[in-house]
Amino acid sequence: MAATHTDKAFEQDLRNLREKLLAMGAKVEALVAQSVRALTDRDSALAEKVVGADREVNRLEVDIDDLCRRILALRQPAASDLRLITTALKIVTDLERIGDLAVNIAERAMDLNQVPPLAPYVDTPKLADLAQQQVKKALDAFVSGDAAKAEEVLKGDDLLDALFLKIFNELLAYMMEDSRNIRRATALMFIAKHLERVGDHALNVAEMVIYMVRGKDVRHPKSRELPE
Amino acid sequence: MPPTPATPRNKMESRDLTLRYGSKVAIKQVSLAIPEHKVTALIGPSGCGKSTFLRSLNRMNDLIAGANHEGTVFLDGRSIHDRTLDVVDLRRRVGMVFQKSNPFPKSIFENVAYGLRVGGLKDKAKLAARVEKSLRGAALWDEVKDRLDESALGLSGGQQQRLCIARALAVEPEVLLMDEPASALDPIATAKIEELIHELKATYTIAIVTHNMQQAARVSDRTAFFYMGELVECGPTERIFTNPQEKRTEDYVTGKFG
Repeated sequence: MAATHTDKAFEQDLRNLREKLLAMGAKVEALVAQSVRALTDRDSALAEKVVGADREVNRLEVDIDDLCRRILALRQPAASDLRLITTALKIVTDLERIGDLAVNIAERAMDLNQVPPLAPYVDTPKLADLAQQQVKKALDAFVSGDAAKAEEVLKGDDLLDALFLKIFNELLAYMMEDSRNIRRATALMFIAKHLERVGDHALNVAEMVIYMVRGKDVRHPKSRELPE
Repeated sequence: MPPTPATPRNKMESRDLTLRYGSKVAIKQVSLAIPEHKVTALIGPSGCGKSTFLRSLNRMNDLIAGANHEGTVFLDGRSIHDRTLDVVDLRRRVGMVFQKSNPFPKSIFENVAYGLRVGGLKDKAKLAARVEKSLRGAALWDEVKDRLDESALGLSGGQQQRLCIARALAVEPEVLLMDEPASALDPIATAKIEELIHELKATYTIAIVTHNMQQAARVSDRTAFFYMGELVECGPTERIFTNPQEKRTEDYVTGKFG
């Protein structure tokens, strides 16, 4: 995007929007990392911090929505500008949900930190890393307008799903082994599910980035083949 | 540029049309189809050649000294530069509405009847019927039916513009060329003209030049972007405003000028 808008105020609005989205993305990415660290380090104070930080994420969501509405009303954006605004309006919801999931993970961590660990946490931090990388990659793709990078996110989702399934089966085994494991195993299963959902939201962001860059909607290819 | 799809039928089409005013090239090798019963918007900055192109569709440029062309424009598959073609008949079939409404200093009725009288229609009942039909077609009848004998100059700007559209419709054209038809009108009069354009395309084929990109987006089915005499890109309006293929189009519709 070498050319800039003749209207400098418009240019500034769009820059603000990108920066706010990026700030929000970085924020929720950090919250996911912290929520899982609160579990692995048995750090309930950190978990509390994550729960408290959600308000900031919510505020950013409202700010970004406001900014988008203002740009739509006042600037009547077209072409890539229009695609940026519609993308922003959608991914802001995904980012906010990622923040919510980090809060849910932190709440489970606080519970789990009250009792001895079921087993050493090995795969859960791995899953968290994968999910976090997916979020980061999707945001990088957004910032640099890199559709190829967004496509990597689409491909990367299978890895997350596979690891989630592995964790799920392991936890199931623990539960079958001893019913006293059920409470902890269920909490861990929720955490794994939340991380898998974080990955899904990263995927949604990546799909919107591809639309933003190429103007082509890649969502739900199978559903579109169905007759009306 | 991909060729325009075969359906719907192309009412008009230019092929490699170049037009010069003296030695100055106004449009360069423009090949553009105007599909039947569709609204085609021509957009681009001042001096890009869009109005010149519009005027070349009914040979209005012939009236400008020093204007000369290469290439051809077809109407229903027949060249409008054909020696045997009657230019007066061409301009009846391809009517025009200008930026500034230009009613004659005559009554409302006579403004609309003018072209018909010139064409030799004398029968009063037939004249009255055609005038009513044209005024209805231009969505003006209900506002003026009780004062057809009053001067057209007493109408509001928006009404005058619709009167000019009625005058163009009276001679039963097939194509309507509109050069900035609403640029001097307030938003209400503009909305009426735009609504009228939607209605008219069922009967006519329309090409419209506008500087107002939102207007092009609102009224047209296809949009053609001109820049420095060239046709840069033409496609479905929705695509031009959401996902143009050419960088110059993208820059223009997003407001990145120069």
